[in-house]
Amino acid sequence: MTCKNEELVRIAKTIRRDIIEMAYKAGGATHPGPALSCADIVTALYFKIMNVRPDEPDWADRDRLILSKGHASPAIYAALAEKGYFDKELFNTLRFPGSRLQGHPDMRKTPGVDMTSGSLGHGLSAGLGVSLALKLRKSPARVYVILGDGELDEGIVWEAAMSAPNFGADNLTAIVDYNHFQSGGCTDKIQCLEPLVDKWKAFGWRVYEANGHNMDDIINKLEMAKMSICKPTVIIAHTIKGKGASFMENNNAWHQKMPTEAQYLQALKELE
Amino acid sequence: MQEMDRISTREAFGNAVLRLAEKNENVIAVAADTGKSMGFGDMAKKYPERVIDVGIAEQNMMTVAAGAASVGNLVFAASYAVFTCMRALEEVRTFIAYPNLNVKVAGGMAGLSGSIEGVTHQSLEDVSFMRSIPNMMVVVPADAASTEIIVEEVAKKYGPAYIRLGRYESPKVFDSSYKFSIGKANVLKESGKDAAIICNGVMVGRCIDAEKILAEKGYNVKLIEMPCVKPIDEQCIIEAAKQTGAIVTVEEHSIIGGLGSAVAEVVVQNCSVPMKFVGIKDVFTESGVQDKLLDIYGLSVEDIVAAVEDIVKRK
Repeated sequence: MTCKNEELVRIAKTIRRDIIEMAYKAGGATHPGPALSCADIVTALYFKIMNVRPDEPDWADRDRLILSKGHASPAIYAALAEKGYFDKELFNTLRFPGSRLQGHPDMRKTPGVDMTSGSLGHGLSAGLGVSLALKLRKSPARVYVILGDGELDEGIVWEAAMSAPNFGADNLTAIVDYNHFQSGGCTDKIQCLEPLVDKWKAFGWRVYEANGHNMDDIINKLEMAKMSICKPTVIIAHTIKGKGASFMENNNAWHQKMPTEAQYLQALKELE
Repeated sequence: MQEMDRISTREAFGNAVLRLAEKNENVIAVAADTGKSMGFGDMAKKYPERVIDVGIAEQNMMTVAAGAASVGNLVFAASYAVFTCMRALEEVRTFIAYPNLNVKVAGGMAGLSGSIEGVTHQSLEDVSFMRSIPNMMVVVPADAASTEIIVEEVAKKYGPAYIRLGRYESPKVFDSSYKFSIGKANVLKESGKDAAIICNGVMVGRCIDAEKILAEKGYNVKLIEMPCVKPIDEQCIIEAAKQTGAIVTVEEHSIIGGLGSAVAEVVVQNCSVPMKFVGIKDVFTESGVQDKLLDIYGLSVEDIVAAVEDIVKRK
């Protein structure tokens, strides 16, 4: 089957290359595995779904993206730079003192970052607050929150999951990057999330599943989410941690790690 | 016996927030089931869509407040102090204070006003926690009249703030002529050569009583209300130290990290003079009515008088 979104697939590859660049050049180890895992989702959002203005980052009616799994920040830094929010030269400053690119997303330092995040579990609550405030202002803008599967262990996620349907937050879409790994190991062993779809349904969400690396599928589900009335939507995106660099895929050693020169070059070659 | 307020400081807070909401449609209140108890009842009747109650979930409440503020709203997030400042402390720090969002956090039932509920609902550490967070303003009003004025003034300044509130009617100290400026002390008695009392919150009334007794005993004590613990009025503290040579701080809070510590940080770096802290002495308290607990735990008028007499001897 041919992909209807070939251009997006090409952009996603660029995003992945930039994630590898940052992993090699940052002021300390980044989280390449978690960033590569959500690279296709981030690409679909910034380059197809979201209504944003890179030349006007504070535009009141822009769609918002909150990267709740903030340790994957290189994924959104790559996307924001590719969109033109800032120059890719900044990649070389990541995690160094004085940089506009902090270890985790900082809404005051990085143009295009809509919410400070990275202390796990908080993105959905923040997204709910944004969503309700936008509705009060009668703004057509939508709010997207990318959650890691590991951070679903946090209680606050379920506080927000319980309250968002109660407020009819239909402008809110959560995407769970379900790669089955967290810092300490396999999510299925540490704190099994299953039955995950049933959990979100029971909390009152419209639930879709998607192949988180199939651009057509991701786009399709995100478009369906836009049509939701009265209910927030969650997309359970089945993903592979480290997707795109063969030696990082499903290898949790790459949760946070700096590649050697040889690994850096190999990853870039695989992503040509 | 002092005259008592007709309403509590939390009700006064709610009245002020309602007035602000009437003037500005971007004012939002966020609550965690205790909205009515925190004074949002009238606002919820008048502007139901602008009072967001997330249920008993303070962390969610605080982070929802941050999200709503990121869109450009002035958000008041209120619950009991022990929950806003302890359960949701990280949310206040990382998602409100760090991004410098315009959320005013209110903590009710603070100090010993959690009273008969016991330690679970009393908050004697909140000022210490909130004061240590960058960007946070910290205010501790004394009574209902000053609360209304302080809340309206705090609302005028963009950025995160913590407003400490009680549960019951406080001793009436001020009226609608009360003046508040952020970062400024309120000198209640200018003259003084023996010592200065620096106090805030519900203790202001007791300090006024103590000063009268001290005057009868022949002491000349300067009396300062310090409603704004952060930023603190350094100039006023330095002047008081130089003028009187001794300072006693009085607060309904642990002596660790609160008003006394904030004053001491200024004193020891600028004009070292003897100090005494009247407050809760690093212990957990217990259930009881607020006035009785204040007496039991070292915050009686006599305790304040004794602290001044003692410090004068040590000069």
